[in-house]
Amino acid sequence: MSTADSTITIADPFRLGHRGPNLARGHGGGGPATKRVVVGYGFWLFLLTDIIIFACLFASYAVLAQATAGGPTAKQIFDTDRVAWETACLLASSFCCGLATIAVAKRDQFLTQLALLATGLTGLAFILLESSEFAALNAQGYGPSRSAFLTGFFTLVGCHGVHVTAGLLWLGTMMAQFYAKGFRPDIGRRFLCFSMFWHFLDVVWVAIFSLVYLVGTRL
Amino acid sequence: MLGKLSWSAIPFDQPIPLIAGAVVVLLMLGALALVLAKGWMPYLWKEWITSVDHKRLGIMYVLLGLLMLLRGFIDAIMMRAQQAVAYHAQGYLPPEHYNQVFSAHGTIMVLFAAMPLVIGLMNFVVPLQLGVRDVAFPTLNSVSFWLTATGALLVNISLVVGEFARTGWLPYPPLSELRYSPGVGVDYYLWAVQISGIGTLLTGINFVTTILKIRAPGMTYMRMPMFSWTALASCLLILAAFPVLTATLAMLTLDRYLGFHFFTNEAGGNAMMFMNLIWAWGHPEVYILVLPAFGIYSEVISTFSGKPLFGYRSMVAATLFICVVSFMTWLHHFFTMGAGGDVNAAFGISTSIIAVGTGVKIYNWLFTMYGGRIRFTTPMLWSMGFLTTFITGGLTGVLLAVPPADFILHNSMFLVAHFHHVIVAGVVFALLAGIEFWWPKAFGYRLHEGWGKATFWFSIVGFYVTFMPMYVVGILGMTRRLQHYDVAEWHWWLQISSVGVLILIVAAGCQVAQLLVSYIRREELKDITGDPWNGRTLEWVTTSPPPVYNFAVLPQVIDTEYYWELKQRAFEQARLSEEPKYEAIEMPRNSPTGFVCAFFATIIGFALIWHIWWLMIVGLIGAYATFVVFAWRDVPEYMIPADEVAQQDRARRAARQHILNTGEVAWQ
Repeated sequence: MSTADSTITIADPFRLGHRGPNLARGHGGGGPATKRVVVGYGFWLFLLTDIIIFACLFASYAVLAQATAGGPTAKQIFDTDRVAWETACLLASSFCCGLATIAVAKRDQFLTQLALLATGLTGLAFILLESSEFAALNAQGYGPSRSAFLTGFFTLVGCHGVHVTAGLLWLGTMMAQFYAKGFRPDIGRRFLCFSMFWHFLDVVWVAIFSLVYLVGTRL
Repeated sequence: MLGKLSWSAIPFDQPIPLIAGAVVVLLMLGALALVLAKGWMPYLWKEWITSVDHKRLGIMYVLLGLLMLLRGFIDAIMMRAQQAVAYHAQGYLPPEHYNQVFSAHGTIMVLFAAMPLVIGLMNFVVPLQLGVRDVAFPTLNSVSFWLTATGALLVNISLVVGEFARTGWLPYPPLSELRYSPGVGVDYYLWAVQISGIGTLLTGINFVTTILKIRAPGMTYMRMPMFSWTALASCLLILAAFPVLTATLAMLTLDRYLGFHFFTNEAGGNAMMFMNLIWAWGHPEVYILVLPAFGIYSEVISTFSGKPLFGYRSMVAATLFICVVSFMTWLHHFFTMGAGGDVNAAFGISTSIIAVGTGVKIYNWLFTMYGGRIRFTTPMLWSMGFLTTFITGGLTGVLLAVPPADFILHNSMFLVAHFHHVIVAGVVFALLAGIEFWWPKAFGYRLHEGWGKATFWFSIVGFYVTFMPMYVVGILGMTRRLQHYDVAEWHWWLQISSVGVLILIVAAGCQVAQLLVSYIRREELKDITGDPWNGRTLEWVTTSPPPVYNFAVLPQVIDTEYYWELKQRAFEQARLSEEPKYEAIEMPRNSPTGFVCAFFATIIGFALIWHIWWLMIVGLIGAYATFVVFAWRDVPEYMIPADEVAQQDRARRAARQHILNTGEVAWQ
């Protein structure tokens, strides 16, 4: 009883619209999508949830930004030169990640490893710059416990930094996997997720750069 | 070396938690000893602990949920007993213990009983209803379950080692900040909820992907069974709401551990931000629980009325309407915050509007029953009990939605009565109906009807006797969470309420008896056909219990209620459809990843609660190593040969053919 008897068609009263049935895989009645689509789609959903976490941190920063409790204001402590360098590093890292995607598509082990190494080094440079910023603020007594404003700032920017750090760990594992396993389909899907993650961190950084640093130094 | 942990963490001076803890530990050790002595461990490890089968995980979720439901119920009994005797007296629970009991009761019931039960049923049913072999990410599914179990374990450890939060089920700052709650109770809460919350979030991702991307061929959106629709809506809510919980708890954690100032009184912290954030999760959470419950009622009422669901499309629309609007009502949990008349009015109106979606559903269920041949089975009784009870519960909610009324009733026993009214009748009744309804599919035998009906009648009577008096004492001015009181008018009502709990204890006993009796008499209650209720959706097409791959060949869906149509056609033509061509099936291999992950998550959580930093680092390294080992495996799938599939499916077809030949149908 489990198979269709295609000779009998029953009118479908619930079909909406006037287009024919969508029979592409993973859409409408098209049956299961390919593994690559399923994995990519699931990871997109994960990124959306991550964006909501960042949205909460952005919102709380916005609420607390003026609550300086007698401590320094944004304008007094932000060093835009360093932030410009951080941004440059992160964007370069994303660019290298794009190059790695091309190298993976060409199945070139050497270029893949090279591009991923460049991705990792520029990412590491970003983390080091950010750490030096945090360390400098701490040394001046402007750590996260100084005021609610600094709490919001360190949490929001630090959360991004933690993401980049975790991404670096993932990147190293990814390089080892390409080296040990070659360009298998499952490794390729994993790399698709990694590259999405890495570009997503750029998008979040653009928001941090604009809403925290640019707005903070203007107001 | 051990951080804050010392012998003083064990409550040697408090007999109640000590004895309770000792009993639990003894039971667990006894169960473990039995498993080892009988040599069941290899079976448990291979077939259950490392299983990535959505059906097995669903069953384990339900088991976890039922155990925690019992634990939360014991907390409830303790509270009712305390309030029954604590008139002009201290009762038998000291305040610090009583506060832990009500905090644990709320946390456990919502997050470790209702959530695992809802997610368990979704796990078991959704892939079967959609004609799928497993969820999109089977190993991730196992990780989700074991992380939820980790959270439940941490809550139970707090019974014996240290203490639980005394801050209510939502730890409002500044009370939950380090200055006012210096103990480990809030930390237990934070890490238990955080870890299980991440598990839930992963479930949301998994099920949205499953429902949107891997349905069977022909299973268009408007052919999806109602329970799958509500599961989709619920998982969309999980995706949007649980990250907010993660972020909010992380902020409170930073306040407590590193001296941040998100919600503190000092240095510009803003405690009201916590209320807003936590309820931006908390209100959708209510609908995460109740939407799948509505789905269960839809399936049950349609099946036992022998009719398609009335107004299917309006039901889908109402579900998605609730899904969206549930994000626009959170402020009604704190009208008294002082946001001003305009804001309160807006949220009061949105709160009233969300009742419209539920109203549509109520009418749909009523019209589904209208003109149907209703069979009064236990699941149907739960559903009808729900319909009558939930309407009045919803009406008290509409009362609370009016801000001026809320100013009087806020945080009173009236509120406690209201939300138990809707959650017990809405969610708990549904879960018990759902377990009853899908039990034969999971285990191959039906549950005993007599004991089930006894459970229902004791439950519904016990429910009214317990909670209606709370409305009265609420209007008489009693606030929630009182450890003792001196008002004579309240005393009698609270004693009636505790009589209600006695009736509910009988109901719980009947439920346990039903499971035991049904297991003992499983041969006579056996479901041979795979379709014990004369069902309408795809899960009834396969055997009970289903094979690991669910369907020998993926169903080619060509209609709504496709299985019902197939069945009618088979009866008309007095024959089954042609035997399909069987092919080998690829299935995901079992993996210990979920269990090992949860093991390290438990270590990390426990280490963080007690500030044992080296242990936390060990846990983190272990967790990373687990991921790498998982990522390194070469053969994630195995094949089931076509012969084996054919053999099993022919047996299923023979059972079906037998019904056709003899015309003998087991459906009452």
